[in-house]
Amino acid sequence: MSVLNSKSPEGNLAEKWSNYKSSCKLVNPSNKRKLDIIIIGTGLGGASAAAALGELGYNVKVFCYQDSPRRAHSIAAQGGINAAKNYQNDGDSIYRLFYDTIKGGDYRSREASVYRLAEVSNSIIDQCVAQGVPFARDYGGLLDNRSFGGAQVSRTFYARGQTGQQLLLGAYSALNRQIAKGSVEMYYRRDMQDVVVVDGKARGVVVRNLATGKLEKYFGHAVVLATGGYGNVFYLSTNAMGSNGSPVWQAYKRGAQFANPCFTQIHPTCIPVHGDYQSKLTLMSESLRNDGRIWVPKDKSDAEKIRNKQLSPTDLPEEKRDYYLERRYPAFGNLVPRDVASRAAKERCDAGHGVGTGLAVYLDFADAIKRLGKENVEEKYGNLFQMYEKITDENPYNTPMMIYPAVHYTMGGLWVDYNLMTTVPGLYCIGEANFADHGANRLGASALMQGLADGYFVLPYTIGNFLADEIHTKRISIDSKEFVETEKQVNDRINKLMSIKGKQSVDSFHKRLGKIMWEYCGMGRNEEGLKKALDLIPKLRKEFWQDVKIPGTTDEFNPELEKAGRVADFLELGELMVRDALNRKESCGGHFREEMQTEDGEAKRDDENFAYVASWEYKGDNQDPEMYKENLDYEFVKRVQRNYK
Amino acid sequence: MDLKLKIWKQKNPKDKGRFETYNIANISPDCSFLEMIDILNEQLINEGKEPVAFDHDCREGICGMCSLYINGRPHGPDDDITTCQLHMRKFKHGDTITIEPWRAAAFPVVKDLIIERNAFDKILQAGGFVSVNTGGVQDANAILIPHDTAEEAMDAASCIGCGACVAACKNSSAMLFVAAKVSQLAVLPQGKIEAAARVKNMISKMDELGFGGCTNTGACEAECPKSISISHIARMNREFLCANIQD
Repeated sequence: MSVLNSKSPEGNLAEKWSNYKSSCKLVNPSNKRKLDIIIIGTGLGGASAAAALGELGYNVKVFCYQDSPRRAHSIAAQGGINAAKNYQNDGDSIYRLFYDTIKGGDYRSREASVYRLAEVSNSIIDQCVAQGVPFARDYGGLLDNRSFGGAQVSRTFYARGQTGQQLLLGAYSALNRQIAKGSVEMYYRRDMQDVVVVDGKARGVVVRNLATGKLEKYFGHAVVLATGGYGNVFYLSTNAMGSNGSPVWQAYKRGAQFANPCFTQIHPTCIPVHGDYQSKLTLMSESLRNDGRIWVPKDKSDAEKIRNKQLSPTDLPEEKRDYYLERRYPAFGNLVPRDVASRAAKERCDAGHGVGTGLAVYLDFADAIKRLGKENVEEKYGNLFQMYEKITDENPYNTPMMIYPAVHYTMGGLWVDYNLMTTVPGLYCIGEANFADHGANRLGASALMQGLADGYFVLPYTIGNFLADEIHTKRISIDSKEFVETEKQVNDRINKLMSIKGKQSVDSFHKRLGKIMWEYCGMGRNEEGLKKALDLIPKLRKEFWQDVKIPGTTDEFNPELEKAGRVADFLELGELMVRDALNRKESCGGHFREEMQTEDGEAKRDDENFAYVASWEYKGDNQDPEMYKENLDYEFVKRVQRNYK
Repeated sequence: MDLKLKIWKQKNPKDKGRFETYNIANISPDCSFLEMIDILNEQLINEGKEPVAFDHDCREGICGMCSLYINGRPHGPDDDITTCQLHMRKFKHGDTITIEPWRAAAFPVVKDLIIERNAFDKILQAGGFVSVNTGGVQDANAILIPHDTAEEAMDAASCIGCGACVAACKNSSAMLFVAAKVSQLAVLPQGKIEAAARVKNMISKMDELGFGGCTNTGACEAECPKSISISHIARMNREFLCANIQD
């Protein structure tokens, strides 16, 4: 088994990034003009990287599949963004943010990368405020903070329940400024199909123009994937309908290794599933756990009465309610990390205490409304309450919200070194698409932090370090052999999909895959189930390639064809997730192997055997992938059993 | 519930387009409007017919990608929501629902219910930003902003760029969209420095792209899924006047 080198700089934790910045190679301004960079995706990572690299003087080409870069799914992030400002004087520091993130990730992330993330977090807030992002303010005009799971300090900056929207619009405005200046070219309604590799380096992409159906080729001295997570492998998730794993999967097939694919985050506070026709799940921000209290009826008989609508939750007296998070985890209470809160909800529902359809628990604001007044609650969470009411037809000011865990985020992704470069030279991966900073579980309000850290403050340095050696590389013609060959392969695959002309729709396959993944590779996993999934997925994939039905043609706007390509990739990616989950015979963070738990049902980590990143290399369509390891030898943090009690 | 759907079908931008009628049965009132179209499309695919193309992405009312006139109203019969947040409980058994793409010269139809809203990006590229490069800015708390000002800016910044304001306006005016950005940046100290140039550039770009003028009917505010107030248009007009007087 081969071992990967993270290329983390030497030296003390607090000095690594400064040392790197003062010793990395630079590109002078006149040479930057000669260098082209391709960025796929316009979420927080992609938009901020495009803006920052455009400002530096590189020629940047950015692609998104939506009709505008502002639609990327970062826009839907609600609660907030963490930073170690310590404006609240409550004991926060860069080290503490770093430590909370490492601990929250159950000691499965890389020390040097996480420290750098915590270090640049403060610059992000400064940058966003300078752009005009309207963060919440207190009455003295200073920035306000709220608390999030997994932390005992208030370090989360927010803009109502629309923080992702405001941060993305900030990055989008910076991107727009560069588009107007001509340093960035924007291509919308383009779906990336493949990476072009020339002499071992990533040199371009093949994209499909979704409006015309035509394939297009673009050259870049480097390619950056900022394409988000692959949570839609589960069909039902909080991701946008178009969120997909295809760019990272195509990169994987071109040699970029895929790290920790099984690390999936199941978010505890989502609106429960209510019907077969359902297309997506809606998140209710974690910030609600600041003031909302989670409970189920103490007695199963009461739970049953509530399910049968014979009893209203508001009529159930206090002593008959079980505030199970406050009971089990008195130190963190309702603010335990997401993985812990999700498993606890599942445990209560599996034990027969669930409400609604049986797969739901209450998130109750009655106390908060009493304590703060309805007006204050409305100012903090108004848009979330409205969103809840529109979907469920219930008013959360009067009756407790019902919530249940749902797939939300993928910590796994393409393996990257300290430079954010994948195992293919010149191919970078940033934001949720890479595996880097969150270990086995991401803390709330850290995704926005990572996306913007990578794009604004890390990649502009690290990509320069690579491009400094590329100043003599002439632009490669898109008519060259490698470009033409890659385009042909993409074309062949599309034609193959269209020629199947089977009987079942793309969505029907996607739903079936989702059910397999949720059942066997969801909140709880065990060897028997994972082996079963490893048998079911290839069969489903085979059936897909024999019987999928795609209407229309290739040379027009064809949403079914777009979906087919994405589902074809999910059918392969899902299998790698299962394989990784099977290999990791320990419970850590969001990965809960039922065989590996403590007596009181907590996750049991195995540091002796699994303190590593599992990174998978593609070996061919009918071959098993090969696993590489990045050993997580901690120099600065002592691993302990996570304890939120 | 069973429904009759009259849906606009148009193969490509050059096609003339026409309404097609579809019947759909057994729709749950808890189903969302777009899930109802998903069900229709599944039915059409199974019958060997062409499904209906429509824009959508986040399905939680924030990305701004979904559109549609539903029985003549942008985002349908419910208030303060986008099409993706509309649920079938707002309709009843036996209803006929007419579904059309938004009509505005600056938003050409691409296919069926899909339109191009790239014009909005272009307006923002003309000045909807604060000119700061990455890095080298002051500490975030060095800029004091009164609570109420931050809230006012946030009200304006809630715009999702869906274009319902344009679709609702008889003149296809983009005034509410432009005003929301102008207003957000004009009330904040960070945006004041470039306020005059911004408002002039954005308005001139809006006119150039074929959006109509504002006649203060307030239809935009009534249909805005984020309840953005037309008082922002008043502020923009003042900003525009002041900017021109300064010249």
